[in-house]
Amino acid sequence: MPVTSLALLRQWVCRQTPEQADWLKTQYARLGESANERDLHLFLGLAPRRLGKQDLILSPTDLALANQAYPGWNPSGWSLDGAARIAALLIFQGPRPFPAAFQDLVRTADARELVTLYRGLALYPQPQLLSFEVGEGLRSNMRSVFESIVHRNPYPRDHFDEHRWNHMVLKALFIGSRLGPIVGLDERANVELARILLDYAQERWAAGRQVSPELWRCIGPFAESVSAYEALERALAGTPDERGAATLALIAADTPSARTLLLTTPATTALVAEGRINWDNLTLLEAA
Amino acid sequence: MFIDPHAHMVSRTTDDYEAMAAAGIVALVEPAFWVGQPRTFVGTYVDYLSSLVGWERFRAGQFGIRHYCTIGLNSKEANNEALAEGVMEWLPRFAMKEGVVAIGEIGYDEQTPLEDKYFRAQLALAKELELPVMVHTPHRDKKRGTSRSMDVCEEMGLDPSWVVIDHNNEETVRETLDRGYWAGFSIYPSTKMGNARMVELLKQYGGDRIIVDSACDWGISDCLGVPKTAQLALESGIAESVVRRVTYENALTVYGKSGQMHAADWLDPAPIDQRTLFEGNSILRGGRDPLVEATPARRRDNLLIE
Repeated sequence: MPVTSLALLRQWVCRQTPEQADWLKTQYARLGESANERDLHLFLGLAPRRLGKQDLILSPTDLALANQAYPGWNPSGWSLDGAARIAALLIFQGPRPFPAAFQDLVRTADARELVTLYRGLALYPQPQLLSFEVGEGLRSNMRSVFESIVHRNPYPRDHFDEHRWNHMVLKALFIGSRLGPIVGLDERANVELARILLDYAQERWAAGRQVSPELWRCIGPFAESVSAYEALERALAGTPDERGAATLALIAADTPSARTLLLTTPATTALVAEGRINWDNLTLLEAA
Repeated sequence: MFIDPHAHMVSRTTDDYEAMAAAGIVALVEPAFWVGQPRTFVGTYVDYLSSLVGWERFRAGQFGIRHYCTIGLNSKEANNEALAEGVMEWLPRFAMKEGVVAIGEIGYDEQTPLEDKYFRAQLALAKELELPVMVHTPHRDKKRGTSRSMDVCEEMGLDPSWVVIDHNNEETVRETLDRGYWAGFSIYPSTKMGNARMVELLKQYGGDRIIVDSACDWGISDCLGVPKTAQLALESGIAESVVRRVTYENALTVYGKSGQMHAADWLDPAPIDQRTLFEGNSILRGGRDPLVEATPARRRDNLLIE
């Protein structure tokens, strides 16, 4: 039988709080039959009180199973009560369709709860109908709420149109967030995004500000179409991180002009070829 | 280290948050209140409550201040029955949220029958959910209104040790303390309590069950009411232990009964929280002594805006 995200969540939560396993079992059984949203609200309120708010402890095997249950699902960084709450949402059979109940949950959520609600997006029933609430979360000024949608969450890859995807990436850069944890970053790269990001880099430079080296990752494959060589040349002359990123981007571009530019940075190009520099590791770390 | 147990931060600026953090405020309680004009839709009230448990908590966290709140329908808006009925339906959901330390601020404004009805309904809710209560006492007909608030709490079966009677003055404090309630004092210029008067009260009553707050809001008020009173009290020879009780410990004791407020929240924040919602405690981290004088005067002194 294929493993489900719900089965995994239940297993992880009960494993970490065996003393609450009976309580959880009773609660989940009730939520599975209940037509009462009040029961759901009550459970969501009680979960952190009964279970605590510590990190969910996950092994590499657990993470592999998560990815098997839903490709791209990465629950690292989830909290124990968050996992229990999301399991409850997956179990709940209420009087209204899930998206309507979800709208009210978001409307009344506290800050930590919002993070939890958004982390589970990809796993919920009818996820494509949650688009409005997702938009509200993306517009949030609470960085942790924005990142709960954007990082280690396959929902954007699977449900965002190109416009929303591109603006998500741009906002991540704008607020100083990482691009690396975005699920499907390379898969969803597109020429329009490359153009937007190149403009953004020029604007930052004109204001005397830095740009995140991660930005070149989304530009590399389209360097030719958006005429990014001059900008990439500038990045090559920048900090070690920028040099590493520009080198990786030029390798991804794989055009004659890119190859010519790469000749000016043979050492970094060689490190990339050896796998010692990559997008998760832009500069060579000193040997430990 | 101070707690301001009554501060309406939705009405305050980031300069205030900076000043409060620099002066040593590690945590505050933001009671749901009247925002200066009436809300005329249930939805605007619901969104307001949502901002107390969400956005404002996040905003405070960015300055290293822990934010708690109380949830309630205030006395002025209780007079709009249609609004009040709608809000009452939503209150239980918010009362269960994280960081909600009491039902409040509730009580009387003009002491109308509708105010009385919703005051009682909310006291019943607090009892059912086992939450403390923050009572706003009226500005006008204050002494009688304060006595009546306590009468009603008792009629509704509340334990006085779970109830803070706020905005006390020289005329009301004796009865409040004698009846076993916590006595809040709002250091608020002109209309409520001044801090020199507060120091006199501390000399007379000591620190038992007395709580100092700023009640800072959209009016001319001082978000440093608590640290300034502490400093004045110490300079006037009030014992440090008394000052600590009225500006920190007592608030933590009563609002801690909710199970939603612990000293560890600011002294030893969970790593996941520090990564996501709370910028840690700059005072503890930097080992700097909190001082009212340390308040940044950025607006005045810094010409460059980068």
